[in-house]
Amino acid sequence: MTFDVVNYGLMTLYALMVLYPLYFISISSISDPNAVFAGEVWLWPKDITLEGYERIFSDTLIWVGYGNTILYAAVGTAISIMLTLTAAYPLSRPDFYGRNLIMLVFVFTMFFSGGLIPTYLLVKDLGMVDTIWAMVIPNAVGVWNIIIAKTFFETSIPGELREAAFIDGCSNTRFFFKIVLPLSKPIIAVMVLFHVVGHWNGFFDALIYLNDESKYPLQLILRNILVENQVSNSAAMMMDVESYAAKQRVAELIKYGMIIVSTFPLLILYPFLQRYFVKGVMIGSIKG
Amino acid sequence: MELLLNKEKQVVVVPKKTTRRKKIMRNWELYLFVLPCLLWFILFKYVPMYGIQLAFKQYIPTEGIWGSPWIGFQHFTRFFESYQFWTLIKNTLSLSLWAFIFTFPVPIIVALLLNQLTSERYKKFVQTVIYAPHFISTVVLVGILFVFLSPTSGIVNHLIVLFGGEPILFMARPEWFKPLYVISGLWQETGWATIIYLAALAGVSPALHEAAIMDGANKWQRIWHVDIPGIRPTIVILLILAIGNIMNIGFEKAYLMQTDLNKSASAIIPTYVYEIGLQRAQYSFAAAIGLFNSVINLIMLLLVNRIVRKLGGNSLW
Repeated sequence: MTFDVVNYGLMTLYALMVLYPLYFISISSISDPNAVFAGEVWLWPKDITLEGYERIFSDTLIWVGYGNTILYAAVGTAISIMLTLTAAYPLSRPDFYGRNLIMLVFVFTMFFSGGLIPTYLLVKDLGMVDTIWAMVIPNAVGVWNIIIAKTFFETSIPGELREAAFIDGCSNTRFFFKIVLPLSKPIIAVMVLFHVVGHWNGFFDALIYLNDESKYPLQLILRNILVENQVSNSAAMMMDVESYAAKQRVAELIKYGMIIVSTFPLLILYPFLQRYFVKGVMIGSIKG
Repeated sequence: MELLLNKEKQVVVVPKKTTRRKKIMRNWELYLFVLPCLLWFILFKYVPMYGIQLAFKQYIPTEGIWGSPWIGFQHFTRFFESYQFWTLIKNTLSLSLWAFIFTFPVPIIVALLLNQLTSERYKKFVQTVIYAPHFISTVVLVGILFVFLSPTSGIVNHLIVLFGGEPILFMARPEWFKPLYVISGLWQETGWATIIYLAALAGVSPALHEAAIMDGANKWQRIWHVDIPGIRPTIVILLILAIGNIMNIGFEKAYLMQTDLNKSASAIIPTYVYEIGLQRAQYSFAAAIGLFNSVINLIMLLLVNRIVRKLGGNSLW
């Protein structure tokens, strides 16, 4: 009995430790900056104001970032899914001659790689720097995703189905598009989610491959505001007319709001998507 | 077709051994399927491996990687002799070691406890909550650190002042870099990392638990004698993978958390490679440092795998 009490207590405490920072950011983003600055905001928002959000939404750079991220996520996810599924399906077929060799070629890259500099020079030589292609192609494929998809095909597309279809004169291509893909919705959903989240949260590729600010994804603009403290153009314009202390406070308010605005879409979708994510990890963990 | 006798002495029909050519021709479409991905791997994974030779050359942009002159191990000796060498090694190793010591066992403990919650609904609720931070981006996570730890307006320093302390300049203090890196990592990834252990725990046979209850085992004893042995294979595999990646500590977070003032603790090999290679365009030198890092990593992986295999656990290969 004591075990259960202690256990429930610990798990509740852990859940609170995860939730509180997120809650605190939410209430701070809509409170009066002076109250937040003075440490008066703890449990409830104080003197509710939407000023921070108004400034965020009037900033063009943030909208450009949002748009770029959505573009990169859409194009990048399509390319990734196509490459991953078309490779994973043949590798799941026991009668595919050479599957072990090809798998070895893929898996080896998990343990050894050329590293940052040779990869960067390659992308540069390919003329991809400062284009959308640098954001969607050099990291399109993950070995782990191929393994997950391959395991899924192996366990959920029975060999008898294939044999029956082939006896009826179905070709490999037709079988893949007409039978395998429609049966693979769960794994496609998982892959789409992983890639979309990856693009939504990624900033490293943009950091090394993009110089042109108009092509920046949301995370890179966020970094400039949250970490580097460079408040972007329209917010900076406001600052000139206000006193120093006030502008610092508003800058803080903008930060809380930015955290919410950039994470909001994922956190809203999250409860609905959670079971797919979990399923995806489970599928992948069946066999390492 | 030919007729043969199988082990039970029955006559069976066996198709003639198909030749390699036939095997390939029968599924020719599948090769076209794999082709784009295979080409991608060759271009984006194997061509950069070929580019590693840069580490032994003096890169001249107009000549390209192939045409640049060889200079042997000069970049390596320059790195080993540089005054930053030991700082970088020390920071990289200690940061990854501390991160590993905490982030490896904590999810196992949480999963074991979570598995013991009797209410299915409450368990689901806790899981939903603790997975959430995994979906927060690194930029936002570091942004949260900066606003929470701000010396003037951050909530943490408000608390410290409330209890009569002096505000701490967390992000400017080298000694705080490691703890902050580890704690924020725990907050973000612990929940997510429990998924795989919970899956393994779900696979532990209920019969074992029933038998243990019959023998009078309490919950602690069942965790210790039933659950932990049940998930041991999973733990071992993840342990090997974690140690194999020990030098690959996240560039992103370390780079974002780096300020001019905490650099003595936050400069690690990956951030150094980025700084030297991409910001100062010393490609060859940076490639050499990157190669040094990858090789240490590979050696660690092979070493740990061998040790685990000797100890009789299930190794990666």
